[in-house]
Amino acid sequence: MKPDTNPKPPMLRMENVSKTFGGVTALSHVDLDVHEGDVLGIIGPNGSGKTTTVNAITGFIRPSGGRIFFKGKNITGKKPHQIADMGITRTFQIMRPYYSLPAYKNLVIPLFSPRAKRTGGWRGGGNLGDRKTIAIDILEEIGFERDSYIPFKTTSTLPTGYLKRLELARCLALQPEILICDEIFSGLSMSEIASMVPLIERLQDDGITIVMIEHRLRELFQVANRVMVLNFGEKLVEGTPEEVMADERVKEAYFGSEKIEEVMTYA
Amino acid sequence: MEILVYGTINSVSLALMGLGFAMVYGISRVPNFAHGALYIICGFVTWTLLQKIGMPYGLAIVLSLAANGLLGILMYRLVLIRVRGMSISEIISSYAIGLAILEGLRYGGFRGMTYTLPVFMDGMVIIGGVPVDYHRIVMVVIGILLVAALWVFTHFTRLGLALQGMAQDERAALMLGIDSDFMAMLAMGFGAVLAGVAAISILPLGNIVVESGYHVLIMSIAVCIVGGLGSWMGAFFAAFIIGYAQILSVVFLGSHFQMVVALLAIILTLILKPSGLFGQQKELEDRV
Amino acid sequence: MSTENRRKERIDRGIKVRSDGLYALMSWREMAYLIAPRFILIAGLLALPLLMPGLYWQRVISIVCIYAIVAISFDFLAHYVGLVCLGGAFFIGVGGYIAGIFNAYFGMPPLLTIPLAAIAGGLFCTLLLLPCLPLRGVYFAIVTLMYPLFMARIIEAFDIFGGTDGILGIDSFSSAFVEQYFVVGILLVFLFGLRRLVNTDMGLIFTAVMDNDQAVRASGINITHYKALAVFIASAMGCLAGACLTHIYMWSGISQFALDFSILPIAATVIGGAGTLAGPVIGCLILVPVSELLRDFGTLRIVFYATILVAFILFRSDGIMAFAKRKYEQIERWTQV
Repeated sequence: MKPDTNPKPPMLRMENVSKTFGGVTALSHVDLDVHEGDVLGIIGPNGSGKTTTVNAITGFIRPSGGRIFFKGKNITGKKPHQIADMGITRTFQIMRPYYSLPAYKNLVIPLFSPRAKRTGGWRGGGNLGDRKTIAIDILEEIGFERDSYIPFKTTSTLPTGYLKRLELARCLALQPEILICDEIFSGLSMSEIASMVPLIERLQDDGITIVMIEHRLRELFQVANRVMVLNFGEKLVEGTPEEVMADERVKEAYFGSEKIEEVMTYA
Repeated sequence: MEILVYGTINSVSLALMGLGFAMVYGISRVPNFAHGALYIICGFVTWTLLQKIGMPYGLAIVLSLAANGLLGILMYRLVLIRVRGMSISEIISSYAIGLAILEGLRYGGFRGMTYTLPVFMDGMVIIGGVPVDYHRIVMVVIGILLVAALWVFTHFTRLGLALQGMAQDERAALMLGIDSDFMAMLAMGFGAVLAGVAAISILPLGNIVVESGYHVLIMSIAVCIVGGLGSWMGAFFAAFIIGYAQILSVVFLGSHFQMVVALLAIILTLILKPSGLFGQQKELEDRV
Repeated sequence: MSTENRRKERIDRGIKVRSDGLYALMSWREMAYLIAPRFILIAGLLALPLLMPGLYWQRVISIVCIYAIVAISFDFLAHYVGLVCLGGAFFIGVGGYIAGIFNAYFGMPPLLTIPLAAIAGGLFCTLLLLPCLPLRGVYFAIVTLMYPLFMARIIEAFDIFGGTDGILGIDSFSSAFVEQYFVVGILLVFLFGLRRLVNTDMGLIFTAVMDNDQAVRASGINITHYKALAVFIASAMGCLAGACLTHIYMWSGISQFALDFSILPIAATVIGGAGTLAGPVIGCLILVPVSELLRDFGTLRIVFYATILVAFILFRSDGIMAFAKRKYEQIERWTQV
């Protein structure tokens, strides 16, 4: 396996993690290492355990077996807010904004958290005196046009693209070390996706380790430097995008009989 | 032996009280806080038909059960259907209706110890050294028959299956052509009839008093929560747990503790396993 | 003209648009527009004890204020934190008993027992409700409905604190005047304090917990901590109201756990306007005197306000406050289509 060749210990390590829901195995014996600065893609057919992996890492479910380490510390079974406080944040596949609040007030909540107080919010803005102003700055940076008053609109009136960005902004406000994106491209139009990709790349440049769960393979392979494939809760392959694309089992599980190159062009 | 016999009787009467509540919640997700009021009003209607109008007992029972079912249906049709889905409004409005019925009855002069229903059968029998009157045995039989009938109804009849389908997933049921409002209305009617059956089989053992409406409401909620809201089989088993616990507490601690046991059971269940003993699949969405 | 080619139009009053935000400081007229409703409420409440004829109706004012405190604590918990607590009587009873115990058994004066009851009672209630905080919606509502009954049964079963007789011989306030202005003052402090609180950053966290607790947890915030804080605020208010009630009636007993104290504040909140904080006060100002007028009819008054409650839930679920706000801020007129 690859991890041994890397001198630095992994940021996030899953050892033998399993999860069963009353007889149904959602994850079985998954091992995973995420190193600092990685962009790891997790792909797999529907129901293959991708979101369960995220839930297990972020503490929203307790794994039935195995251990999870963050920077060498065991975080298995910790509460979601404790894990978020350590610096692992996530977006939700089904977006969870605070619908009754305006967009910028959505960001006041993560900025109020103990972690944001400690780190000073995204990019260490430092003085957290006026959270509402900082919230609007973050939103502008992530693509909310300040001129058109979009940050001030009630969240329930915003289109999906903005909600996805808002999810991302909520995570970024915490100054995360690992950002887990659960299908942030799904439900977006091509142009919206095209504008999200540079954003992810910029975050990578900022030194945030990113785990992406995605069905949009072309965009994912554009940004990811490692990819893990899950099928029926088991890890099928892990490696660079090229290695994964070349693997026969992946083609079999994920794409059926189609040629992967064709899928890549249509994706 | 005494504990065993009275525990069983107490458990069955709790199950009778709780079944209606469990059924309505299970099918339509409406917590029917007017359950206790429906129970009491059925007792009073039967009493009125029997004593004031002088009907035969059997006819009075059938008529009052029908009236109770109709009342339940009306309650759903006129009030609850408008607040469907807003759980807090459902609780508040059904509770307010129940309160109005109970306090209205109290104002109407139904208080004191003067109202009793006749027992089905006089006389008693000695079971294992404990005297038990026939009526209590009939009540146990009614309870067990009712549970069996409910099981057959929900598993083998078209209507029962439709109700079960709606209980599992209302939207999917809608797509399959099940009219969910109609079904919820029926469920409410059934729930009211079940409350009536409970009233008619339990009330002859004591007096009809308005206070017992609140008592029945609390006990049925206790049974349903311990068994898992919405699972009427769970409610049946939970009735036995609470029933025996109550009798034990009466024997060893004193009669004041009867209610404390039930309330403690609710609180403990909600803290330890909020989905109840038999409501497994809900655990995720309710807690996580 | 038939209604087919007409429609009702609602337009914000010009002064409302101008006075949203900082512009209000620009003219006396605009400031008056903003201040007038608040002034009427404050001045009205302060004047009420002076206007009331006779001791009986002055006492009613105190009761109104006590119910109103419980009602705004319910409103805060239900519509700003998302915890629907049907057990207002639990707070009243706990506060009442604590005040009674400190006064009757330890001889403390009312001005000491009331804040003590608020804090100690708030802690006690929060501690007891702590295990229920992960519960949501119906479940939380049902458990909290059980708590007051539970407490009453425990006091009855163990025969503590005077058992079914209650604690007798508790001091009253030094005069009726002190009593009324004390409760009115506390009501106003709580009302405006809570309104301020829900607009701070911490208030936003409460709203966020109501909207979507999972996202709050994913933001690294301990939701149990904030829920407990909200419950403490609400229960301390309820306990304080209970303590005042004990000193007004010079008695604390099991009937303070009665359903009346749970149902009336809820009814007042629904009628006055849920989620407005001022609405519940208005609801209490209407409901409590009416129920006093109907006292002769015995339990019929419960039927009466249960019916009103259902009617409001069905037909006017936004309450009086939303209606009044609309009338104050908007012009309604019929226009040709």
